Amino acid sequence: MQLTVENVSFRYTEKSPWILKDVSLEIKEGERVGIVGPSGYGKSTLARIIAGYEKPSSGRVLLDGESLPEKGFCPVQMVYQHPEMAVNPRWKMEKTLNECWHPDEALLTRMGIEKSWLTRWPSELSGGELQRFCIARVLSPETKLLVCDEITTMLDVITQAQIWQLLLEVSRKNNLGMLVITHNMTLAGQICTRVIELPEINRL
Amino acid sequence: MEKKNIKLKEVINRRTLVTIFVALALVYLVGIFLWGIFMDPSAYAVHYENKFISPCAEHPFGTDFMGRDMFARSIKGLSNSLIVGVLAAVVSSIVALILGIASAVFGGWVDRFVNWCVDLCMGLPHIVLLILISFMVGKGTKGVTIAVALTHWPALTRIVRAEVMQVRSSQYVQAAYKMGRSRLQVAVTHIIPHVLPAYLIGLILLFPHAIMHEASITFLGFGLPAEMPAIGVILSEAMKHITTGKWWLAVYPGLMLLVAVILFDVIGENLKKLWNPDSGNE
Amino acid sequence: MEKEKGRNILKVEDLVVAFSMYQRGFKKGDLEVIHSLSLDVNAGEIVAVVGSSGSGKSVLAHAVLNLLPGNARTAGKITYKGEVLDAKKCREHLGKEISFIPQSVDYLDPLMKVGKQVIGVRGTKERQEEIFQRYQLAPETAEKYPFQLSGGMARRVLISAAVMGNPDLIIADEPTPGLNVEMAMETLQHFRQLADDGAAVLMITHDIDLAFHVADRIAVFYAGTVVEVAPTEDFIKGKEALRHPYSRAFIDALPQNEFKPLPGTQPYAGNLPKGCLFADRCPHRDGACASDIEMREVRGGKVRCVHAE
Repeated sequence: MQLTVENVSFRYTEKSPWILKDVSLEIKEGERVGIVGPSGYGKSTLARIIAGYEKPSSGRVLLDGESLPEKGFCPVQMVYQHPEMAVNPRWKMEKTLNECWHPDEALLTRMGIEKSWLTRWPSELSGGELQRFCIARVLSPETKLLVCDEITTMLDVITQAQIWQLLLEVSRKNNLGMLVITHNMTLAGQICTRVIELPEINRL
Repeated sequence: MEKKNIKLKEVINRRTLVTIFVALALVYLVGIFLWGIFMDPSAYAVHYENKFISPCAEHPFGTDFMGRDMFARSIKGLSNSLIVGVLAAVVSSIVALILGIASAVFGGWVDRFVNWCVDLCMGLPHIVLLILISFMVGKGTKGVTIAVALTHWPALTRIVRAEVMQVRSSQYVQAAYKMGRSRLQVAVTHIIPHVLPAYLIGLILLFPHAIMHEASITFLGFGLPAEMPAIGVILSEAMKHITTGKWWLAVYPGLMLLVAVILFDVIGENLKKLWNPDSGNE
Repeated sequence: MEKEKGRNILKVEDLVVAFSMYQRGFKKGDLEVIHSLSLDVNAGEIVAVVGSSGSGKSVLAHAVLNLLPGNARTAGKITYKGEVLDAKKCREHLGKEISFIPQSVDYLDPLMKVGKQVIGVRGTKERQEEIFQRYQLAPETAEKYPFQLSGGMARRVLISAAVMGNPDLIIADEPTPGLNVEMAMETLQHFRQLADDGAAVLMITHDIDLAFHVADRIAVFYAGTVVEVAPTEDFIKGKEALRHPYSRAFIDALPQNEFKPLPGTQPYAGNLPKGCLFADRCPHRDGACASDIEMREVRGGKVRCVHAE
């Protein structure tokens, strides 16, 4: 697997200022690339473009030489900063977990998801617990690259360490590529195999 | 950890209270509705010998200038009003549902067009529009129903549109698409369950409006025909006699209309509080 | 007005907060989210409240400010300068002596110029200009609308609004997420300055390493109660200086240290164990942990653990 970002530029409308300009980068199989930079510099926008949520104004994102599918399961999956917004508040956790594939017991154990949580509503779980569900539900074998947008910014340091240790284990075992967006340099240093400063590759 | 006792003042919580209340209100409304439908027309037949009897045991609401029993007439009248109101509200809410969803899903010019219609309809004085439409399609029962149905969708359209837009842009719906769920699957599993409560509350809150407006244009003479017992007809006839002290002709039918309208409103407002996750536990 | 440092401003004693929630059908049950919590904040100091999400940090702030929703029930005592802080007192003081710095810029009115919002109902134009100068906001900023502000500026506007009435007690709810390190540090320096001027600051955060830089004392929350209150220097000194195993786990988990997580999760408020709430994750657990654990003084701090010494 290889993800290529080719000269991606982005702005919301024809008249608004550029947020990203000629951004290029590559992520090889099993690589964990960190993107750091101050807030408001387009880190999240880049993440959304790479995960296919947003179309770049110009340039393209290729996975193994092909553009991302518009329909069906997207091999690039994203995990968000606010897990409580990423799950349907009207669904019990079991339904949310199994929305796209059926994670097996072993994965649930590895992710630290307890059986009793499955029958609860999202409002009855803490942010860290919800985030585990959001990660587990996209760790299907079809996922080739995981985009993590500030996924532990809202969590305490113990939960942060728990979640990253789990993800590191999965990434190493399945050779899963990761794109890690964070404002925390120390954290990026701990997790990533390579760290990119967005302002350096963003030719504004 | 020792559990401190926190005294619970309430004996009956809102969920129980609302359920009891909704049940009672439904009994009242459905009761009047059925009673009116199956009522023998002789109950409100003309008896000139009994005209203008003030309320008594035999005629609890008194009688009018043709000696008709006002109690039976009011029940029949309210029943008729309920039929027209509910029918019009349901049609109106379906219009709102279709327009609201189309507006949110298609966006672009569809959205602009729907919004333009909503603004147009809300910009005109309600009662004028009602009279106009009713008059154009030939007054009578058909006229009122069409007029009320065609004028009550804008507010609900806006609500449906906003709800659909909100849930469509939510992260969990966007994530569902990326996880390979089809549009239909997302609509059935995420969007409809999200919009349904707001739609149902909107529908229930439409009833009192529709009933009131039906009664108003009938009162003004642009609605149900004069020979049909309807609250609007009864009230407008009562106006002719109110100066001569025949107070019961207006007061009792008026109260019955008011109670029906308030009941619908209270049911709607309480369901709104219960179904809203922010206040649902209060 | 001279502010007397070290004087007790806010005192929370044995606070219990429970939410009554529907379980199934018509039955309502209580969900106790804060249990026998005690904490005090003095003039001139910053007390940071740290803990994971769901530990009751925000509920504490809302309880103090009387912002809890209608289905919440409380017991215990909250006093402000010695007098009980009830709903009426709170309304009187809020915006003057007590101020609240909310989490996000969404609390600003998007249709109103920020200068006007900062002045509010009780402030004056002169004071607004003075405060803007203090927080390096250009005078023109007052004429801008919230959407025209950058994240850092908006944060300073929120702080400006909070200090308008020269408050004695400031409660800040998660003031730093979303800010990069420089901006977060700058925000925290403003809090430090306010405390140095004599205000009492209660800062709620999950970012323990940021709290290290400015707080005087740190209170660690776990499953709805305080497990340790200690001077900040103990946290900086490292694990050995701390008293509770959960506080120590924080130090281990920091990315700049070992990045080693403590296994397990915080128990759910609807399903709390008896005795020590932390017991199932604790390496020192024994029979003594099964009974109720009281807060006690150990080496100049307070801790809720029978094994601390």
